[in-house]
Parts: sequence; C-alpha cells; structure tokens
Amino acid sequence: MADVKLKGIKKSYGPVDVIKGVDIDVNDGEFVVFVGPSGCGKSTLLRMIAGLEDITGGTLEIGTRVVNEVPASERGIAMVFQSYAIFPHMTVRENIAFGLTIAKTPKAEKDEKVMEAARILQMENLLDRRPSQLSGGQRQRVAIGRAITRNPEVFLFDEPLSNLDAALRLDMRMEIGKLHKSLGATMIYVTHDQVEAMTLADKIVVLKDGYVQQMGAPMDLYHRPNNLFVAGFIGAPSMNFLDVDIVSQDGTSAKVNSPVVAEFAAPVWRDGVGQTPKATLGIRPQDLRPVAEGGILEGTVTLAERLGTETIVDIRLSHGHRVLASLGEDRVFEPGEHIRLDFDHEKAHLFAPATDQEKQAAQSAA
Amino acid sequence: MAVVKADNRGLRLASRYAVLILVAIIFIFPLLFMVMSSLKPSSQLLLDTKSLRAFLPVGELSLQNYTDAFVRAPIAVFVLNSVLITGVTVLLCLFVCSLAAFAFVFVDWSGKAVIFSILLATLIIPYETIFIPLLLMVSQLPWVGLEGFELGWLNTYRVQIAPFIADALSIFLFVQFFKDLPKELIEASRVEGASWWTIYRRVVMPLSGPVIATAAILKFLFMYNQYLWPLMVVQEEAIRPVMVGLGYFTDQLNVPWGEVMAYLTVITVPVLAFYLSLQRVFISSVASTGVKG
Repeated sequence: MADVKLKGIKKSYGPVDVIKGVDIDVNDGEFVVFVGPSGCGKSTLLRMIAGLEDITGGTLEIGTRVVNEVPASERGIAMVFQSYAIFPHMTVRENIAFGLTIAKTPKAEKDEKVMEAARILQMENLLDRRPSQLSGGQRQRVAIGRAITRNPEVFLFDEPLSNLDAALRLDMRMEIGKLHKSLGATMIYVTHDQVEAMTLADKIVVLKDGYVQQMGAPMDLYHRPNNLFVAGFIGAPSMNFLDVDIVSQDGTSAKVNSPVVAEFAAPVWRDGVGQTPKATLGIRPQDLRPVAEGGILEGTVTLAERLGTETIVDIRLSHGHRVLASLGEDRVFEPGEHIRLDFDHEKAHLFAPATDQEKQAAQSAA
Repeated sequence: MAVVKADNRGLRLASRYAVLILVAIIFIFPLLFMVMSSLKPSSQLLLDTKSLRAFLPVGELSLQNYTDAFVRAPIAVFVLNSVLITGVTVLLCLFVCSLAAFAFVFVDWSGKAVIFSILLATLIIPYETIFIPLLLMVSQLPWVGLEGFELGWLNTYRVQIAPFIADALSIFLFVQFFKDLPKELIEASRVEGASWWTIYRRVVMPLSGPVIATAAILKFLFMYNQYLWPLMVVQEEAIRPVMVGLGYFTDQLNVPWGEVMAYLTVITVPVLAFYLSLQRVFISSVASTGVKG
C-alpha cells in the first residue's frame, strides 16, 4: 500500500493546457474521488497517475518513488476502465489472470489468486464463461478482479459505473465501498456523479478547468464549499443562488436583502464577501421549509415532484427568479399555490457576487 | 391490413432472393462451364458453347482430359509450387503487415504520418511498372544459403516470394481494423505489464480474425494468380507456379480446350478450399464484445 503525491502537476497538449498545476495528497489507504464536469481534466489526471499520459510538469510520487518516467506496469497500480476493457477472446479466468500470466506467475499461485479474487467478487461460477456471456455488472466485476489479483499499491477507477443502469450502479457502488474496506488499499476514483463521490469518498477533489476547486471530506464540501462552483456542484438538487445587497455587516455576519429576499443576517466567512455591497446568496433546497407567515422568500408553486420520502417544489419568485425546495416529507402542492419559505439562517452561504453565467455553470455542472 | 403487410414482406423477400440467385448464377456459370467442359472431348466442347448444353453434363463424358493434362504438364509440381509460394507469402505478409500496422496505430514515433502517407501513395503504382527495375535488382542480389554465397535470385522460390511480402494494401487494411479496436484494451494490457510484443500477440491479433481473413484471401488470390513475374524470373520447370504452367497448353496452333479446362479445374481447387476455410471468420467478429458498445 502507498500514498500518492501530486506536486504542481501540469498537462498540455501542444498549446492547450488541460491540467494547470495540481497539488493533491492521497494518504495510504484513503479513498479519494476526483469529481468535476466533463472536460475538467479529472480523467486526464487519473491517466497521468496510471502512466497512460505523459506528465508535462510537476512531480508524481507513489510511495516513496517519483514515478514521472516510470512505465505504467511498474508503478504498482491497477486500473479499472469505464468500458471494462476486458479481453473478449479470453474466459473470465484468463482475463482475471492476465497480469499474472504475463508475469509468468507459477500456476498454483495464479489459480489461488484468481480463486481469491473470484471469491471476493462472488463470481466463482462464472470463471469459464466468456465476456459476451456476462452482464454489464459482471463484466465490470471481472475488470475489478483483474485489478485485485495484481495486488496493487493503488487502485485507479475511471468512471467504472457510468455504463451500468441505475440499480446495478447502486449495487456496484456498495461493492466497491466494501472492497475498499476489506482490502484497505489506496483508491483513486474518477466520476462525474456527485452521489458516488459523496458516498464512497474519504476525500473529494473537485476539479474545474484543470484546477482543484476544493479538496476535503464530503461533508466539509457540502457544508462549507469554498466557492460558488463547489457549492453548486455538490448536493442534489443543486444549491439555489440569488443576488442580494449587503445592508450592513460586522466581522462574522452580514444583513442582506433584495427585492425577492426579506432582510436577514447571514454568516460571513468566505474571502471576497463584503468587499462590495453586492453578494450572491446560496441556499440548499433541503434547508428551505414552508412557513405560514413571515419567511424570507415568497412565491408561487409551478411544479411539485412527489418522490415519496421527499417533495421537490419548483417555486417562482417575483422578478423572474426561481428556487427549488426539497421538503423531507410527502406533501401535495397545487400549481399556482402561494408559498412562503424560511430556513435556518446559519446555513446561508454568502459568496462574492457572481454573474448569472457563473451561477448557471455551477448548477448545471452537478 | 396485416395480410397485405405480410404479402408485401413476402414479395420483398422474394425479390431479394431473386436478385441474389441471379447474381449467384452469374458467378457460378463460368465455374460450371469450366467443370463441365473438362469432362467433354474438345470437339463436343466447342459445339456445346453455342447452347446451354455448355453448362450441362450431357454428351460423351469422361476423365480423359484430366489424364491427358497430367501427362502434358507436371501439374502436381506446379500446384505444390504455387501452394508453397502463396502459402509462405501469405503467412509472412500477415505477420509483417500486421506488425507494421501495429506500429502505425499503437506506437508513437515521429514521422509516422508522413511515412504512412507515402505508403498509401504506393497503392496507385501497379506492380507491372516496377517489374523491370525489380528484375534488374533481384538478378544482382546476394544470398547466403545452404550452398554458400551466391549472387542473383533468379530461378528461386525466394524471388517469387520476397518482393510480395509487404504491401501497402494489406498494411492499410490492418491499420483501419486496428484503429477500431477499443483503445482501453491496449491501455489495460500496458497497465497489466504487457510488452508491445505481448499486446500484439495476445490481445490484438486474437481479435483481428476478420481482417486477417480478408488480407489473407486478397493476398492468396494475388499470389496464386501471379503470371508475369514468375514468367520473367523463373526458367526452371521444377519451381514454376500454376499460372505459368498454363503455357504448356497454349503454345500450339491447336489448343486442347478440354485439357485446359481440366487443368483450370484442378488449380481452382486450392483457391476454393482456402476461401471456404476462411469464410466463417468473415462473419464472426468478436472484437467489440469486451467493451460496452
């Protein structure tokens, strides 16, 4: 097992910079998830760790070695690909044993390792089948089995579940979580699905445009996002953003209001907030609750989605603004119904003023 | 309504089969003519060409033409020579051209695009235009064999094989096929510690059945039909291929057509056998089942 250190890692394709200086520490045995919208560089970063892409700048350490120039096969890593990448002309057994066969491992040892991997992944009865006879989930298990037998220091997963249907994805997600616990290996996992990131990760790295936006435990990112992008990206449905004016402020809080937001005091802790009289207010849909009187927002219901345990309400405010509220109960709303909303003001997020474009980008990335 | 639809479908199917049968007939009639004519005496054969009898086993049928043909020419030697020359060339071509294509597709090296363009450009040069310079060249080439050093490759098997091992078309076919193989399979192999050679041998080639079959058949036909080149470089009867052997039947005023047809029938057998043995590979392609489509 080993830790992985990325120091000032850069990647360029000709004049185009894809990764623009990334520092990440992955501790031994940690499960780290890289998330971000398409094109943010997360897969490129993983492929650089794997040795499938050259590193343009910076150093990459696995364990105690700098591995910038070390070939993929000698980095002590195993990788699971989105498309499974299992060999169609080999049986499951041959696929799992591929790395061992190449390394000319003695047959007895090879058989033992294959059986061990098959046992962990509960596919002992599939060993003599060909990939074409397997379901998507089983194929991905074969790919994971191949990774396990190599006994790698670091497991790399490149969006391993995106080709599976929703039910299977949940199953496999849990299995990967269990696998991490039972093997105790360092794992780096790339996904664009923030639910996978939240549930699996010890540490999440949010990437955008080749930069790390924030790195930390899932709940840190959820409760204390560094910036508007992370706030919008983590959490579903996405955080609501509204422009507000700062009426007054002391060191730790600011009174804000706007034509659609009644005045209230919000905590201030982010850099850049309060330097101008404007700010962007972020409220998680889960924090909003309907109230009979008062409240800081009011509007009319345009749509309510009842999901059984929660109800997601789309509310039109005045001046063309809208917010989503996710109420943790099954409630019936009629379209056009008038609604007042309030929330725990301590949970308000104030950001430096953002353009509509930035707000939209943050919300649509999730 | 449903009946009308079913009728339409039946009609469409019938017309499709009609076209296919017509095409099959067009392709099969020359073969039929060849085989039937090989069983008839020359006098009857020529008369039959004026009617559909040419394609039917009618009249005086015997294997006499075959006996005569085998007496006139050492057919077995020619067929064996052709099978040897063609077989060795096809095998070497598959190996060399697939390796070249592998380097073009999977390995990064500078100048790759330029060299591939030049290679493709050679596709438009017919072999016949380079035969004279090639002849001059091979007549001067050195060789170290079992009998020691010798100069000049004329009158050998190797002069019929070596110039045709690598060709742009085969490389191009392999390149196109390799490009469609899932990149992740190669990357996964690299991560697992496979060398380039292992990836070529254990991953890429086992998945390349369809293109191997295609390249092999094209090469086989090209080599088996070689006439001009062996005529230029081989004088010894013992190493002549089948097409040159056809000359044994045409150097007289009176062409023994029955024997010619018998000869052609005999030399067609290896071609059909080769084609039929690879036909199945055309149909089954397994390359895409290992990754999500």
